[in-house]
Amino acid sequence: MRRLMIFGATSALAQATARRFAMDGSRFFLVARDRDKLAAVADDLRVRGATLVTVAVADALDFHRHEALVDGAFTALDGLDTLLVSHGSLPDQTACQQDVETLRREFDVNALAVISVLTHAANRFARQGFGSLVAIGSVAGDRGRQSNYVYGAAKGAVAIFMQGLRNRLHGCGVHVLTVKPGFVDTPMTAAFPKGVLWATPQQVTRGIHRAIEKRRDVVYLPGFWRPVMGVLRAVPEALFKRLRL
Amino acid sequence: MNTRYHSWGRFPRIDQSALRLAWRSQPLPIPSDAQTTYLPFGNGRSYGDVCLNAGGWLLDTRGLDRFMAFDPVDGVLRCEGGVLLDEILSLSVPRGWFPPVVPGTRFVTVGGAIASDVHGKNHHSAGTFGCHVRRLELLRSDGQRLICSPTENPRWFRATIGGLGLTGLILWAEIQLKRIDSAVMDVETIRYGRLDEFFELTAQSDRQYEYTVAWIDCMAIGNHLGRGLFIRGNHAAPGVTPVAAPRGRMTIPVDLPISLINRSSARAFNSFFYHKQARARSAGREHYEAFFFPLDGIGHWNRLYGPRGFLQYQCVLPLTGGRDALREILDRGAHGGIDSFLGVLKVFGDHPSPGLLSFPRPGITVALDFYHHGETTLRLLDDFDALVSTAGGAVYPSKDARMAGASFRTYFPRWRELEHYRDPAFSSSFWRRVTGG
Repeated sequence: MRRLMIFGATSALAQATARRFAMDGSRFFLVARDRDKLAAVADDLRVRGATLVTVAVADALDFHRHEALVDGAFTALDGLDTLLVSHGSLPDQTACQQDVETLRREFDVNALAVISVLTHAANRFARQGFGSLVAIGSVAGDRGRQSNYVYGAAKGAVAIFMQGLRNRLHGCGVHVLTVKPGFVDTPMTAAFPKGVLWATPQQVTRGIHRAIEKRRDVVYLPGFWRPVMGVLRAVPEALFKRLRL
Repeated sequence: MNTRYHSWGRFPRIDQSALRLAWRSQPLPIPSDAQTTYLPFGNGRSYGDVCLNAGGWLLDTRGLDRFMAFDPVDGVLRCEGGVLLDEILSLSVPRGWFPPVVPGTRFVTVGGAIASDVHGKNHHSAGTFGCHVRRLELLRSDGQRLICSPTENPRWFRATIGGLGLTGLILWAEIQLKRIDSAVMDVETIRYGRLDEFFELTAQSDRQYEYTVAWIDCMAIGNHLGRGLFIRGNHAAPGVTPVAAPRGRMTIPVDLPISLINRSSARAFNSFFYHKQARARSAGREHYEAFFFPLDGIGHWNRLYGPRGFLQYQCVLPLTGGRDALREILDRGAHGGIDSFLGVLKVFGDHPSPGLLSFPRPGITVALDFYHHGETTLRLLDDFDALVSTAGGAVYPSKDARMAGASFRTYFPRWRELEHYRDPAFSSSFWRRVTGG
């Protein structure tokens, strides 16, 4: 049984992860933009066994509300031990190349908003001496590629930020988990043709659940992405820059 | 994205495109001036073309998989239309509730179970799935949302149950579950040697047993015609020792280049199955999964039939006056040089089915799988249709891929009424095939 705050609670990965925790009678504080979707997710978790579900409607870009939302989760759930940050968008790479405003907004959503929420929760977890901070990164954050380097840079920023956070909080009992999914078949990726590399949200969230319970640092999901990305990262830049990726 | 959308029989093969739905609060992704048609698609467990829409779009409903409310005291469950019965079972059985009616697979969606008004081994005691639906919400392509129940929009309710997905999208439904005391089933299996014995066993059993069905040896002929295993069961009483769910689910991982179902393997399987228990009668306890869903233990078993797919023929015949037709169907099925792997017999009770186009009606129902040999198979099934029509029976649309429009219209004379309630933007390959529309 956990007390979880989920930021971006209507994302496919968040929903599927929350269902796993709901079965143990966990308590939830859910944050998302759309009130109707949020209510649908909350009801689902209640039926599946969640003992308490509180919701808050907010946009990831409402930076000034992040601290109050984190505080609200502590109050509503009578304490907090897990934060999952799973909101995100898949930027249109070409549009970001043409328009810096678009690029900045995507970076705000996928990097700075994540970092902001993590920072507020990290400070409270550090004070209480326990807690799990979990954020969804991406294999795209392991190396910049021409097809989606804005998304990749944002996810990479989150991963490096979390490395530092993990290093900082290691001594005080706080667990920091970076989840790096490969291709996941969700509404965010609806437009892509799907091949053998694609995983379902259910497959990925089994791994997220296990990684939280086992206090892992960085997980690739499904696991085959770790060696794949290891190879991809090892390619010398002089060669990598010539590839059409 | 074409590969996922087959029907269970994998015939006809149609390249289908689908739009995936994720939220019941959102409108249908259909332009108001739609030039094409749409059809809700659940989990693809209907056999023929009721779940296909050649040249149009499918609306993949599996993203609508949320529970909405469950009352553990009175057993009323409300959930979205894309929820699988499998997911309901995982939720409800530990809490002492069971779906009121389950078909032979637990991998069907609630929306699909309503649209086909499915039945199970308890038809004689509980009627169809639709008998236990209290309310549902229908989303039409014009954006209208209709709450339907026996008292609210009752005509829409009757048209939607068994309505083959054509009246609009079933967003959610409220279902009355059934109290159980255990996940275990008390099961008795009786080997019988002649068709008449099947009817005697049914008459003896249907009062004391909630669930009855027979698996028949499809290769048996002459005096042995219709022989098989009669299976009857009840949910066990409280306090019986738990029985584990069947383990080691195997799966057929890829499409097979040829069919493994042929005359020899079908004969061997049927004979093995008939003789698998040494004694003529055995009683014991089983986990509900083993009792209700034996074929779910083999993932993608439909792939065994190879690239040409297979046809299932399920009809219902009047109890009196239908027996000769039944004998002839079984006999020609065994003689026809075609290979039926699985055969099932069951007597439907007289609970009226709630839907305009519901298939179950009082009588004897038989279901047979046939490897698709092309013309020979199709001609044989046309002959079956003639027998069924003459006897005053009907063929199950959700298992059909080939019946003639005239046959359908004879079996389901109220099809014109359904046509009236059909969403103008919704259609299916099946509907166009049998109504000529």
